[in-house]
Amino acid sequence: MYSYLIQRFLLMFLTLLGMSIIIFVLLRLVPGNIVDIMFDSAGFVDPAEKATIEKELGLDLPIYQQYYHWIAGLVSFDLGYSFVSEMPAIDEIGPRIPITAKLAGLSLFFSILFGLPLGVISAVKQNTALDYILRVFSLSGLSLPSFWLALLILMACVSYTGSIPIYTEAPETLWDELLLYLLPSAAVGFRASALIMRLTRSSMLEVMRQDYIRTAMSKGASDNAINYKHALRNAVLPVTTIIGIEAAFLIGGLIITETVFNIPGVAHFLVEAILMRDYPIVQSLVMFIAIIVVVINFLTDLAYAALDPRIKYSD
Amino acid sequence: MKVKLFKALAFAMVSASVFGIVSTSALAEKSGGIMKFYHRGTPPSGSIHEEATSSTVVPYMSVFNNLVMFDQAKPVNSAETIVPDLAKSWAWGGDKTKVTFSLRKGVKFHDGKPFTAKDVVCTWNLILGKSKAKLRKNPRKSWYKNLASVEANGDYEVTFNLKRRQPAFLMLLASGYSPVYPCHVPPKKMRTKPIGTGPFKFVSLKQNEHVKFTKNKNYWKKGRPLLDGHEWTIIKSRSTRVLGFIAGKFDMSFAGDISIPIYKDLIKQAPHAICEKHATNVSTNLIVNQFKPPFDNAKIRKAMVLTIDRASFNKILGHGEFIMSGAMLPPPHGVWGMPPEVLKTVAGYNPDVAANRAEAQKLMKSLGYGPDNRLKVKVATRNIAIYRDPAVLLIDHLKEIFIDAELDTVETSNWHAKVARKDYQVGLNLTGIGVDDPDAMFYENYACGSQRNYTGYCKEEMMELFEKQSMMDNGPERMKLVYEIDKKLQEDAARPIIANNVRYNCFQPYVKNFKTQTNSLYNGWRFEDIYLDK
Repeated sequence: MYSYLIQRFLLMFLTLLGMSIIIFVLLRLVPGNIVDIMFDSAGFVDPAEKATIEKELGLDLPIYQQYYHWIAGLVSFDLGYSFVSEMPAIDEIGPRIPITAKLAGLSLFFSILFGLPLGVISAVKQNTALDYILRVFSLSGLSLPSFWLALLILMACVSYTGSIPIYTEAPETLWDELLLYLLPSAAVGFRASALIMRLTRSSMLEVMRQDYIRTAMSKGASDNAINYKHALRNAVLPVTTIIGIEAAFLIGGLIITETVFNIPGVAHFLVEAILMRDYPIVQSLVMFIAIIVVVINFLTDLAYAALDPRIKYSD
Repeated sequence: MKVKLFKALAFAMVSASVFGIVSTSALAEKSGGIMKFYHRGTPPSGSIHEEATSSTVVPYMSVFNNLVMFDQAKPVNSAETIVPDLAKSWAWGGDKTKVTFSLRKGVKFHDGKPFTAKDVVCTWNLILGKSKAKLRKNPRKSWYKNLASVEANGDYEVTFNLKRRQPAFLMLLASGYSPVYPCHVPPKKMRTKPIGTGPFKFVSLKQNEHVKFTKNKNYWKKGRPLLDGHEWTIIKSRSTRVLGFIAGKFDMSFAGDISIPIYKDLIKQAPHAICEKHATNVSTNLIVNQFKPPFDNAKIRKAMVLTIDRASFNKILGHGEFIMSGAMLPPPHGVWGMPPEVLKTVAGYNPDVAANRAEAQKLMKSLGYGPDNRLKVKVATRNIAIYRDPAVLLIDHLKEIFIDAELDTVETSNWHAKVARKDYQVGLNLTGIGVDDPDAMFYENYACGSQRNYTGYCKEEMMELFEKQSMMDNGPERMKLVYEIDKKLQEDAARPIIANNVRYNCFQPYVKNFKTQTNSLYNGWRFEDIYLDK
């Protein structure tokens, strides 16, 4: 078990090192230059002034030196300065992470809260009217783009309530915060819950056909015990993998939702930083996301053992 | 007794009416409240002198004062609407080759340091590149080509020495783009935490979130500003911000943000909103790279000018509300634009599009092009709707003269770099001008060597004409010469204007004392007189 953990840690480290190189190189391969972009708001590009700014930002250094400076800074938690705002990158990124984390957490919570039980119900009530309704519901969740859904929610709010649930001020109380994040997380979570529901349903249906379920039935176990104790416990394993992957990919859905609901989170900020070629921000943020994805994958692997005692980690 | 009673009653009535009037006028303006705006994107910086975008000048203009400014209550900026600001008065000398300003005393910057003539000298030395501190970007260098030096005569008098006479020089100083910076604050700090003498102090900027300003309680103008502050929520999604305005989250829309179709939708959902239609002095124009064959041939450029059907641009994109003009914006929105009777004499402006195109086809045929030998080009433009949509129409018009064009959309942040490198054949661009004056327009966009002269148009004879009009006093003679220059610029395809855009500025009915300016997006945002009558 311990040697497995050490191996996984080493693999995580190597993965992250490789990713850092990919992130760094890819960013510099994208056409466009931060200094050109900075000049865009002045409506011209002056070659002499451009060279001065490039020097000031360290962009005149060879690429390996730029990489070394970044990695050395990263190790010492110095992320450098945003090229755009000229503020420390950590001050720009730091306050946005909890916002997106809360939104992502709430979205995931909603998607599990609805996806898992509805998937079980849909499987248990297979081919009934309820099953059909739930399947239509899940299909719509998969086919409606989240930006469209988000805009629809906003338009409905303005039309029917005369108010708009967008972020203009930092919420003061936990209740305000919950109210603010409720609709955006529902918009994002809808898709994920549909996916979880469909997967839970198909996984449950597969498990329900197994011999041990029949045995449990013949022994007179209650429906609840069969569905939740025997079937769901086994059916949930592939669902856990999907939940892990969805958690990592939620950031994609959040980019649009944060933009539409004007939530100053890290996802929307990342897109803006990419458009501006704000290297210190993009590099650090993508690296942060990479760390999260790698850690979530690791935790998902560990969760398998907790959910299925038959799984043992060995060398 | 009756007489006494009558006198008392009369006195009471007179008193009541007098006090009534007084109290009404006192109540007319209300102090307090934070005015809420939305902003379309994070301002690139807070340093007005380093930017050429409304994203910066609109929110930040109220941090500063100019020497002189355009009357904020008048919609059309002109020499007649210039009023004192940090300068109490001014006097021309040396046959208008120098102008001396007498400055206000007792004015303080937001950090408590006093404002003196030195600050004025520092500001313009920074623009002229004469100071030790340097601006990162200097987009208005071309405005001050004629400025030789700025001298302080003691603490409260300053003289601008010009290389030659330039009566319109004050117009440049009156723009929102001409604030006075403090000598003691370095340019880097001005970009992140600007300090001025203006009615509002900068509080904070958070990228993609907000920009906040608070009242300057020590403002030199007694009783101003009326607002306690103004705050800008940055909202990138246009649908969200317009819905936010409709829902009453914001008191005013962002400058130039409400297009004609959006206005039509907005007013249906928020009929109470006050929306002022205004020209922006931002034109949609064609840029042709005169350094790349075959566009180095004047004939082909002229043919391109002739094929443009401005009426269809106006009908499709402007809902019939765009303004037909040359480089200068015509009255009533502007001052210097050619009137319709002159405009229709300019090549390409004749409403008979078929005749124009027949002439254009002849020119193309004389160069060997025709239905069987079509010219293939790319029309480059920014990848945003206000650029892309007219570019698509332009491509359609070019087809009429045997030019098969393909749309080349450029990521918006790379646009100016591409244009500056002259890395395009034909392009569609939008040009905004800070001051509605020929000096600003011609020297910024059409003069040899100007950084914002994207097509590289450069003619000695035109430079002479620019200089000639610049030395003239305002009046019919200058006007006539400006028309002549504008006509020539259009016919030379220096940067043919397709249309001058029209937008709406919307605000809630309780926003008082605000007037949308019609011939510039960049000069009417001091906010010191605005109040909220909620």
